[in-house]
Amino acid sequence: MIQIDGLTKLYGTQAALRGVCLAVPAGSILAVLGPNGSGKTTLVRLLATLTRPSAGRGTVGGHDLVRERDEVRRLIALVAHETQLYDDLSAAENLAFTSVLGGSPVPGPRLRDVLARVGLEAHADTRVRALSSGMRRRVALARAMLRAPRVLLLDEPFSGLDGDGVKRLDDYLHGFRAKGGAAVVVTHSLGRALAVADEVVVLSGGRLAGRLAGADLTEAALERLYLAASETEWRPSCA
Amino acid sequence: MAPFLRVTWAVFRKDLTVERRAKEGINGLAFFALLLLFLFYFTLGPDGERLRAALPGLFWLTFVLAGLLGLGRTFALERENACIDGLVLAPGDKGAIYLGKLLAVSLVMLAMEAVFVAATGFFYNLDIWAAVPRLVPVGLAGTVGFAAVGTLFAAMTAQLRARELLLPVLLLPLAVPVLIAAVRLTEVALAGGSAESSAGWWRLLLGFDVVFLTAGLLTFEFVLEP
Repeated sequence: MIQIDGLTKLYGTQAALRGVCLAVPAGSILAVLGPNGSGKTTLVRLLATLTRPSAGRGTVGGHDLVRERDEVRRLIALVAHETQLYDDLSAAENLAFTSVLGGSPVPGPRLRDVLARVGLEAHADTRVRALSSGMRRRVALARAMLRAPRVLLLDEPFSGLDGDGVKRLDDYLHGFRAKGGAAVVVTHSLGRALAVADEVVVLSGGRLAGRLAGADLTEAALERLYLAASETEWRPSCA
Repeated sequence: MAPFLRVTWAVFRKDLTVERRAKEGINGLAFFALLLLFLFYFTLGPDGERLRAALPGLFWLTFVLAGLLGLGRTFALERENACIDGLVLAPGDKGAIYLGKLLAVSLVMLAMEAVFVAATGFFYNLDIWAAVPRLVPVGLAGTVGFAAVGTLFAAMTAQLRARELLLPVLLLPLAVPVLIAAVRLTEVALAGGSAESSAGWWRLLLGFDVVFLTAGLLTFEFVLEP
């Protein structure tokens, strides 16, 4: 479902991502780990067509990330680090607006159903400004669910969520995978990565530092890989 | 409803709802307009003829400065929480987003203009009420022309660091033909002049409206896209 080949992103002379190759088949979840500044968010933004690659190519659902952006956008839903919610609109109004922008307006009762799935049915008419950061994160997740996407791109989706929110998201992700969806989940939590992902990749300095899948994907192996990547990242240049 | 119009309507309604609830934009515009009204009164004095002669310039100076504030705000709210990414990710014709934003900015400007014209007549004690039917089309055409090019440049500068400086620097030179025509037509409308005597200015104003609107609809996608 997602295929990227040698994807590179430069900001001036600074490389945020260098020649990353990945594949995420339908019905699977890829977790992306890595220290700060390792290129995780850049990867998600490239897959979401919010920025253009400097080199390399990628496809989502067979559509090119650069030449067929509209087709890619119809397949994906993004939960970014920032919520993309209007503070002065209610949760339901935010969802309704997004559904119209996405090309398929959703009637009010279904909006409320989706908000109920993230535990916010009682706050459908509350302005986002009045919601806690965890609740805002839930509204952002509801917005992603609303579009019934084939590809989910989640950047730090667990941050700010309480236990109930994490469980709901876990359940949704498992259901999403069972229905044949593909997801990329960026997280700092090794535990969450192990809980939801079929494959985990670790980025370091914009490069792929390693990957684990299947029987190799154990807590100890992931910890080793993550620590090795972090040490590489933070080693002083004079050492 | 056609998808294009549905998106236009959604963006228009969303922008007005946010503007109405946040209040900071409307309150700021009202205070600013009133301040200009009083400043000009103290500068020009109570002489009715002098005030009347300065009205076209006063009107459009106020509308333009208020418009700049409104244009800045319309994309400032998209920058909060990275909402602009949501607009970029919307598949389909981005012209619909442009049109929705343009209509919302125009409506806020027109509402402010109506209040300002009424306040001017009241506080300056000038009999301009008979000219109101002739001022309405001038206000409409001038505002749409200014907002058409302004919305495009506001989107262009929204992600830049020096956006507050760049927006007027880029916008005002391009808006000069619209503003000159609007000031001249306002002058004619206030003086009770005939439509024939101002036909050339109308052609200029409406011509620029069409050019800016078409350019905005066609190029907004390239402005918004990364």
